[in-house]
Amino acid sequence: MIENRPFITVLAHFTLILGVFIVAFPIWITFVAATHEAVRMTQVPLPLLPGDQFFVNLKTVLFEGVGGSGAVPVWLMMFNSLIMAMLIALGKITISLLSAFAIVYFRFPFRMGFFWMIFITLMLPVEVRIMPTFEVVSNLGMLNSYWGMTVPLIASATATFMFRQVFLTIPDEMLEAARVDGAGPMRFFWDILIPLSRTNIAALFVILFIYGWNQYLWPLLITTDSGYFTVVMGIKQMLESAEQSPVWNLIMMTALLAMLPPIIVVLSMQKMFVRGLTETEK
Amino acid sequence: MLPFMLVAPQIAVTLVFFMWPAAQALYQSFLIQDAFGFKTEFVWFENFQILWADPYYTASFKRTALFSIAVAGLAMSSALVLAAMVDRIIKGVMAYQTMLIWPYAVAPVIAGALWVFMFDPTLGIFAYALNTIGYDWNYKLNGDQAMALVVISATWKQIAYNFLFFVAAIHSIPKSLIEAAAIDGAGPMRRFWTIIFPLITPTTFFLLVVNIVYAFFDTFGIIHAITQGGPAKATEILVYKVYNDGFIGLDLGGSAAQSVILMAIVIVITVIQFRYIERKVEY
Repeated sequence: MIENRPFITVLAHFTLILGVFIVAFPIWITFVAATHEAVRMTQVPLPLLPGDQFFVNLKTVLFEGVGGSGAVPVWLMMFNSLIMAMLIALGKITISLLSAFAIVYFRFPFRMGFFWMIFITLMLPVEVRIMPTFEVVSNLGMLNSYWGMTVPLIASATATFMFRQVFLTIPDEMLEAARVDGAGPMRFFWDILIPLSRTNIAALFVILFIYGWNQYLWPLLITTDSGYFTVVMGIKQMLESAEQSPVWNLIMMTALLAMLPPIIVVLSMQKMFVRGLTETEK
Repeated sequence: MLPFMLVAPQIAVTLVFFMWPAAQALYQSFLIQDAFGFKTEFVWFENFQILWADPYYTASFKRTALFSIAVAGLAMSSALVLAAMVDRIIKGVMAYQTMLIWPYAVAPVIAGALWVFMFDPTLGIFAYALNTIGYDWNYKLNGDQAMALVVISATWKQIAYNFLFFVAAIHSIPKSLIEAAAIDGAGPMRRFWTIIFPLITPTTFFLLVVNIVYAFFDTFGIIHAITQGGPAKATEILVYKVYNDGFIGLDLGGSAAQSVILMAIVIVITVIQFRYIERKVEY
């Protein structure tokens, strides 16, 4: 329906521009701060327009880190974040695909028991069981390792349910045809189920990559070796050191780098992102 | 054997890192350790009684309720306004959507860092503006201001999510309903309140649950970055208190009891979500 009410159209655009402005302003301030010298960042009022130190700051942060000697260079933190995000996203997708396949296509004892056990993980976010989970991980000797950072997070009820829904929509004729052609269960899984759920896997990957990259409390607890620090954790440590030496230009440069990969993923795969978001929440 | 091997990885992770720790939390919540850690005593519900008698804990409970209502209310109402406006326009929908959704990708603790920087009492650009107009801004000393700052940061991050769901909900309303109302002479405001708003109620309820869960659990990073629960515990919500009492205060029994209460809250919310909301929502 097209309605000619110019006033409302103007109002709508005005409100949206205001909304975009409010949402984007913190990022603009971050960007501006990342382009100035440290000295300028101690003079009130702070600048609203970018300076010319962007690449200087970028180089300092990436290869020297923030906080003097012994600081972890940000490229290493970004690398750790990338490994963590990839392991979490791929791990969750893999084990959820396998268990959804088992639950949908096989009849075996305790099938529903397993189903409910997976369901219950939905009710136990890491924040409510931090102390005992930390003890388990420490007893298993997984502190300060990529496995310790990722494996305790990769059980996923939502992903399992989503793949279950997808598999249920695949017609039985497919299975029958595969069996007539002599395909075993794993062959059916690889050659039919995986290709058919490709878009769902991609959509889920976008959401899980962001989830993994943005993990904070968990890596904070189980890494004490600075070689395993992630960039999201690194920001917090820089904020603490900012009390003594406020190098806000470098801290904001790090913040910019820390949010860049997930934002790029969201913007470049916007359709997949929206789809993944609405589907996993069903 | 094949099906067992297929579910094995998921079940192993669930048992070792979910069920076992949850059982441990439950068990530990019944224990009290003496001051030097030599002796541990089984005390049934004493840890819970201590919590309920602790004014800091009950205050933290109320604060969490206030915090989550404020975040859910602000994030949902502003997202709804934006979604309703996007529904009105024809050109540039994708551009606006792109510009509005990306804070979803920002980690809570990074969001906290951005807002700390803007509102830092000595340097922050907004603090400067507020002080210039004569408002005495210092969230490091003033508890109400600290609360306001964490609410704004948490809201900023959540608008994107709510916006996408509201846009999808409004978009799925049959156009014929709205056209019929328009022909009957209902203006845009009237149509919004009598047609659009009632029809998106399922989405609204769903988002309410999601937003409350977000405010309860996912805002740890924001609070850790901005206030660390301070000043004088003014922003110490339940999740932050579990962490603080357990890892900083090393009160294992008390922290475990708090974990158990939080688990109970999540279970109740999940049940509500699946019982009462799932069935009414149409996707």
